[in-house]
Parts: sequence; structure tokens; C-alpha cells
Amino acid sequence: MLCSIQSYAMRDTRSEIRPKLGIRLWLCGGWLFCLVLGALFAPWISPQDPLAQDLFAARLPPFWVAGSEPGFWLGTDSLGRDVLSRMLHGARLALIVAFIAGTLTCLIGSTLGIFAGYYQGWADRVISRFIDIWMAFPPVLFAILLIAVIGTGMTSIIIAIIIIDWTRFTRVVRAETMSQSVMDYIASAQVAGRGKFSTMVSEILPNLLPTIVVLLSLEMGIAVIVEAILSFVNLSISTDSPTWGGMIAEGRISIHQAWWVLVFPLIALFLTVLSFSQFGEGLKDRFDPVLR
Amino acid sequence: MMYEVRDLQLSLPDMVRKPLLGPAPKIDILKGISFDLPKKSVLGIVGGSGSGKSTLGRTMVRLLEPSAGHIKFDGQDVSHMGEEKLRPLRRRFQMIFQDPMSSLNPRQRIGRIIAAPLELHGWDNVAQRAIEALVMVGLPESFAKRYPHELSGGQRQRVGIARAIALQPEFILADEIVSGLDVSSQAQVLILLEDLVRELDLTLAFVSHDLSVVRRLCDQVIVMREGLIVENAPTATLFTSPQDDYTKELLAAIPLPDPDQPFN
Repeated sequence: MLCSIQSYAMRDTRSEIRPKLGIRLWLCGGWLFCLVLGALFAPWISPQDPLAQDLFAARLPPFWVAGSEPGFWLGTDSLGRDVLSRMLHGARLALIVAFIAGTLTCLIGSTLGIFAGYYQGWADRVISRFIDIWMAFPPVLFAILLIAVIGTGMTSIIIAIIIIDWTRFTRVVRAETMSQSVMDYIASAQVAGRGKFSTMVSEILPNLLPTIVVLLSLEMGIAVIVEAILSFVNLSISTDSPTWGGMIAEGRISIHQAWWVLVFPLIALFLTVLSFSQFGEGLKDRFDPVLR
Repeated sequence: MMYEVRDLQLSLPDMVRKPLLGPAPKIDILKGISFDLPKKSVLGIVGGSGSGKSTLGRTMVRLLEPSAGHIKFDGQDVSHMGEEKLRPLRRRFQMIFQDPMSSLNPRQRIGRIIAAPLELHGWDNVAQRAIEALVMVGLPESFAKRYPHELSGGQRQRVGIARAIALQPEFILADEIVSGLDVSSQAQVLILLEDLVRELDLTLAFVSHDLSVVRRLCDQVIVMREGLIVENAPTATLFTSPQDDYTKELLAAIPLPDPDQPFN
């Protein structure tokens, strides 16, 4: 088009920057990956039937303690059921609930949040007042009450988690949307002739994604905890399927005779929740162009 | 005429003094502004902070809707036009923003930032045109793949200029575009803008609080104070024989290269 202005052209001096190694991402991702594999292939890799009782093999200790038996790597509980096999099967419920409940909570909460934050006005007033009222309920009691009313089962757990936790997403996403909405790049999109809804999706949403990803992975961890709490008080799924919360409840009774029944599911629960909560941060550090 | 502005008024609700029930009282920002902006001329809009100069600019590109009065863009009354009807016109008047960090979407690459408005108006070859615009503002092509935070302030402001000129508009509003830059970047950006205005036959409105910047660039200057125009004169006349006291005050505030010599 013209060349006269090139005389003071700038040089592109920025060299390629190597991405950070992200040890956190690898550790968390590694644990979650193993867990997902374990859960997916639980029926094939479990050394024992998780429901098979054998009173002659009750309270066998884990493999490195004297008196253990091969085939029962992490010991057995007071009914002679294999702890490792039960943990692997318990991971299935934990992860299904984490992924489905986490994702649905995120979708519902974030959608409400972005609409409230961007359109403001009456949409914001209705949604915000609703959050205020909602948050006045004690969450776990609310979940227990809810399941008492609609009955146990996986769907009930998922619904309970969504109902407890959507406000977490809505509040944060709404606040973040509001702070993005006053930036000049939104005005710039309007000057370019972009419509309101299109601006929300193509300009604001990419700037919310890092926050949403972190919240989503936190939420998956919380979903695992809520599922464990509900299993602990025997309000999750039918009693004979193994769950981590259920194992912890059973292990609590025989803690002095067989600590492993309590400790191993507890460690798995702890690592999983920690991994979920750190995984999102790790993803953000690794893939957010602004932080990279 | 590019712009004919007649008795333009704008008031916004004052949420600080809003009573519990009922509407908020209005604050008048623009209190009746009239001026003409001929095609291919450069207008300076100066005034202290809070004088309404940025608001006037934002109303001209219809980011704000006036409460009374008229704005005619190239003969068409745009004062109350809805966003749908405004869309085809939007290509013809563009804006460069004050803060180049906040006006560039931090999570889009520069190429995308410049190309998106072109796509919106149904142009083809948008990536190529975006690169042409980058080259025109003196940035290397490789910057198309950069994110805004990877650029310096002066480079970002050039991207802002590239985005505005890529649409080949007839009018550009430059809202305090050098106030956030250091002195040498200021000079470079001003020279660039000057060249672009000449080569692309642009009409420019240049909002600034700094009269010395306006002097170099503008043919005509509007001095604003508290939502009113206190003086509207060709640049040379304004600098040699200012009429209004406020203009004299602003002129006296320009730092002089040699304190013993008057600035003219």
C-alpha cells in the first residue's frame, strides 16, 4: 500500500521463551491419569472380587507387614474383602461424580455468572439476589436433606452437588465478567460493529477461561469430597457397592485392629482432591498466554 | 462536511446521589456543543480533565447516545441510530483508544485483533490485510503472532492504530493516544499518525490535554471547559491570539524549551 513509513520500522526482538516445566501439572496429572486408568479397568485389574467376603481371610494386613497373604496387596477388611479392589471400584463412582457433577455445575454456574456480569440490569439483580438467598443455606445439611427427599443414587449425588455449588461459579464468573466488561477492548469491539452477544462469547469468554478452568478442577475435587461425605453417612448409592466414604466409615470401626482399611482410602481421597485442585492451577500456568 | 454537530447534550445518571427508590439524578457532561468538521481536516479537542472532551469523542463514534442535539456524519443523522442500522456506518468511523493495554484483548494474538473487525464487515483476505496494516504502522509482520502483553507501550499503540486504519475508515477519533507513552514514543506515534492522515486522506479528531501536541498536528482546535466550547479557532490563530482566558491559561501551561523566550 505504501512504504514511506517503514523507515522507522521496529525489530521483533522477543526471542522464543521456553515454557515452564510445570512439575505441579505433571504430578497432579500423573496421579489423576493413573486413577482414571484404574477406575476404567477396575473389573480387569482388580486382584479380587471387591464384594467377595471370606471370614477366614479377615483383617489381613498389607503386603509388607508380617502375616499378609499374596493377592491381598493392601490387606482386607473385617469381612475379608480386598481393600485394593474395593478402592479401585470406589474410584469409579468418585470420578464419575467428579466429572459429571463438576462439569454440569461449571456450565450452569458460569452461564448464569457471565449473563449477570455482562448484561447487568435486571438479569444481574435477579441472579444476585437468588445467590444471596441460596448461600444462606448450610450446604452439607442441605445436600443430606435433599437426598433424604429425592432418594439415594448417583443422580441424586450429582444433583445435590450442582444445587450446593453453582453459586461458587456464578459469583466468581460474574465478578470477573464485570471487570472485563469495562475494559476498552469491549468498547473497541462495539466500534468495530460487533453485537453484544457476540462480544460476550468471542471477547469476554476467552478471558474468563483461565478462571473457569481453575474453578472447574477445584469443583471436581469438592465433588469427590461431597461424594465421600455422603457415602460416609451412607446416603450415596446402594450399600454393597464399594465407595471411598463407605470404606472410611467401615475402617473407622476397626481402626485399632486394622488401620489399613481406613488409611488407604483416606490417602487416595486426599491425593485425588489435592490433584484436582492443583491441576487447574497447573493448566493455567502452562497454557494461559498472558502468564506464559 | 464529515461531522456536523449541533447543540449536542449528554447527561448520565449520577449513581452516587441516587436515592434508595426512584431514579438517579442526572449530571450534565456535555451542555450544548456545536461545531463543524470538514473532510480531510484535523481537529484538536483540548481541555482539562473532566471537561467532557473524551465524552464528546465517544459520542461522535456513538459509543454513547446523546440526550439532545444532533450529530450528522457525512450528512446522515447518527445521533439516535440503533446499533443494527449503525453497523454498516461503523466501518467508516474508527477510534484509537487511550490505554493500549486495555484496548487490546489480552488473550488474542495481534493478527486476530486487527483481522476480527475486517471479518465482521465481510472482507476477504483478512489475515493478509492485517499484516499490511501492521507494516503500515511500522511493525514487523511477525508481530501478528504476538500477544499484546509481549509488546511495549508504543508498539501496542501502533497496533491500536493499525486496527483502526485496517478498515480504511474516513474518520478516526484519537482519544489521548499518546498520554500513556514516554516522550520518545509519543513523538514516534505522532509522526506516524501525521503521515497516515496525509497518505490515507483521513479526517482526524485528536483529543488531548496537551496543547503542544495539538499544535503540530491540527488545523483547527476546540477548547472545552465544563462541557462547553470556550473557543473554536484555526490552530495558528489560537496560538497567536487566544481569545478566551481559559485558552490563555492552557497556553501558559505549556512547558517552554527556553524559559526566557515566549512559546510561539
